[in-house]
Amino acid sequence: MWLNVVWFILFVVVIAGYLIMDGFDLGVGILHPFLAKSDEDRRISLNSIGPVWDGNEVWLVLGGGVLFAAFPMVYASLFSGFYTAMMLVLLVLILRTVAIEFRSKRPSPGWRAAWDWVFFAASLGIALLLGVAFGNIMAGVPLDARGTIGGNLLSMLNPFALLVGVTTVFMLATHGAIYLSMKADGAYLARIKRAIPRLMIVFFILNTALLAAALLMHEFITERYLAHPLLIVLPGAAFLAVTAGWLMVRRGHYFRAFLLSAAMIAGLLFSAAAGLYPNLLISTLDPTYNLTIFNAASQPNTLVVMLVMALLGMPFVLLYTGGVYYIFRGKVQLTPQSY
Amino acid sequence: MNPEFLSRLQFTITASFHFIYPPISMGLGLILVIMGILYVRTQNPVWRRLSFFWIKIYGLVFALGVATGIVQEFEFGTNWSEYSRFVGNIFGSLLAAEGIFAFFLEGGFLGLMLFGGNRVGPRLWLFSIVMVVFGAHFSATWIIMANSWMQTPAGYELAQTQYGTLAFMTSFPQVIMTPSFLARLWHTLVASWLVGSSLVLSVSAYYLLKGRFEESARAAFKTALPVFVVFSIVQAALLGPQSAENVTDYQPEKLAAMEGVWEDTACAPMTLAGWVKPETQRTVGLKVPCLLSWLAGGSTDTVIQGLNSVPRDEWAPVGWVFQSYHLMIVLGGLFVGIGLLGLLFAVWGERIWRTRWLLRTFVSTIFLTELATMTGWWTAELGRQPWIVWGLMRVEDAVSPNLTTGQLLFSNAMFVLLYTLLFVLFIYLLNEKIMHGPEPVEETTPIASLPDSFRDVFRRHARA
Repeated sequence: MWLNVVWFILFVVVIAGYLIMDGFDLGVGILHPFLAKSDEDRRISLNSIGPVWDGNEVWLVLGGGVLFAAFPMVYASLFSGFYTAMMLVLLVLILRTVAIEFRSKRPSPGWRAAWDWVFFAASLGIALLLGVAFGNIMAGVPLDARGTIGGNLLSMLNPFALLVGVTTVFMLATHGAIYLSMKADGAYLARIKRAIPRLMIVFFILNTALLAAALLMHEFITERYLAHPLLIVLPGAAFLAVTAGWLMVRRGHYFRAFLLSAAMIAGLLFSAAAGLYPNLLISTLDPTYNLTIFNAASQPNTLVVMLVMALLGMPFVLLYTGGVYYIFRGKVQLTPQSY
Repeated sequence: MNPEFLSRLQFTITASFHFIYPPISMGLGLILVIMGILYVRTQNPVWRRLSFFWIKIYGLVFALGVATGIVQEFEFGTNWSEYSRFVGNIFGSLLAAEGIFAFFLEGGFLGLMLFGGNRVGPRLWLFSIVMVVFGAHFSATWIIMANSWMQTPAGYELAQTQYGTLAFMTSFPQVIMTPSFLARLWHTLVASWLVGSSLVLSVSAYYLLKGRFEESARAAFKTALPVFVVFSIVQAALLGPQSAENVTDYQPEKLAAMEGVWEDTACAPMTLAGWVKPETQRTVGLKVPCLLSWLAGGSTDTVIQGLNSVPRDEWAPVGWVFQSYHLMIVLGGLFVGIGLLGLLFAVWGERIWRTRWLLRTFVSTIFLTELATMTGWWTAELGRQPWIVWGLMRVEDAVSPNLTTGQLLFSNAMFVLLYTLLFVLFIYLLNEKIMHGPEPVEETTPIASLPDSFRDVFRRHARA
């Protein structure tokens, strides 16, 4: 039983890792047409994420793998149930990769403008789609006894899920802007610095609305928080992080603001996960159909093997991820090998 | 156009398109490691120039491999949800291990490999290349492991649950070391090295024919040629036959489809090229008597199990399997011939640089090695039909039951359009890079002043 809880926490950690790591480079993409005006600005944006975005995306792939291995029933139900949305996620993921790789391969302004647009639209699309999918998970899905989810793409686009989607977009845009402020310079940096407080305010308003909607509409999460009032430390920590982040932005400590932004993202995700626990997918048809961390999990021996692998592998992951960020630290310098 | 057919079609399209790229990543990676070692040892600038050039191509190939690989990771859940439930305990953990061990290694060091040439010294740069290439091989190892479990499942038990019959893991060592794993792993790795070395040979031969970048092209050609020769021989003489023997022992029905054997036969002939006629149960073509029995069992008396030993609804698509397999075999033999001819002309007074027909032949090798690798993979996967997990689960029972024809038509159309676009862009940019060629490297800072060990990296920071 403890293994299931451990893997639930590890799964949330991997998803938080994805949101934090790929989150800032999605944010850079979302801000691309609004803040990066000249070709040089845009190259600085692309190269600020250039050496790391590929590694960041691995967190999403790892999330898929962990879900498959630890909670195969959820992997099967969720991905087949959200079929068209998943296909669109794959589409925008690929288009984004292509845009980053191909944009600076030719000097033609038309070519670059087209790929800049794809980079923006795909980054926005990933954040929005993943947010909408998560909104549906929070609200519950029409899951039957066999684990099949009914409905289609249109039924996923309900107001609550869209609110989660838009909030995700602004959360990652803010996160990306704070990251860019460590990488850009000159007039571009000045524009970014002006945008950060505005983005934070919009995000804060959206998130408050989201919180209210979640508490009003979703009985399961609300009841869980009422039954376990101590859980309030998680959203509380997220609130503290965002407040401290605001102060750091005011004082111009952007690296600290970035760390706090990351902490806030993790805090919000853990708040939502704690609200769902022990469910992974809530059925709107019948609570006995819910997929939980117990009935949807792999057998203990698989979970043990995976835990050993995670303990062996993750220190290396952190080591070389840290190493690469360290070598490419500081402001972006454009060279002939750059994007 | 039922949903099952469309899910099969989509997986065929996406997996085949993905499989163009990883063999290049592994094979070209091996050549890049050799070039990196040569530069560190000789300081000859030609190796640095070649490293910069081929790493740009590597980056392009890698991007395509990653973009199309993510699709594979999610497609089991989206299109094959019953399969995902059935094998999640086993197959899922191998994919997760691939993420933890291999993808992070590749993703972490790729930035340094692609952009580090002017930022770190040659040794540290080589280290990052070795890590990425090792990651690519490690990744392939987990995938072959997972796929081998589908071919020859082991280390599991079947259990009844509320979600139907599921396969649970009983022994992790048996799951990773299934009977077909090692034979298939080496066969695939060596095939990938042939693909990578032939890409270098093709492009270099093209430059030599055009009289461009001749110094670099000769150096690259001479690096890749021995790799190609040695591994084409190893593949044809050792690993190919070993794989066939493995199939004979563990998947005899697949061998029967590969060779077009209908009845249990002693002294079975080997068909070198030909045609199968399922309606009359005959295989026509050029045959060597008793060779198949001798190869499979070491004796001409060995009985080869025929297709008729299993019910007709358990036959693989015989015609497809037979032709893919035979095309692969013919190509594998051809590579030995081309390689040895190239070697002969290279050592015989370096005649190869003047022998235009032979250079033209080498230009074609990348297409041929890609085709051989692809037909090999198709042989393995088509030969597994109708099973998704050999003997345990049929493909039609594995498909997601909730998907509609409309959803699948949309996703199939999306992938066809998207992958066509990707392929056109890939060829266009590859061509542009090849036309641009390996140019002398502009040194922005003197190489000697770049940090060349981990200690340097950190010491420099402390001083600054």
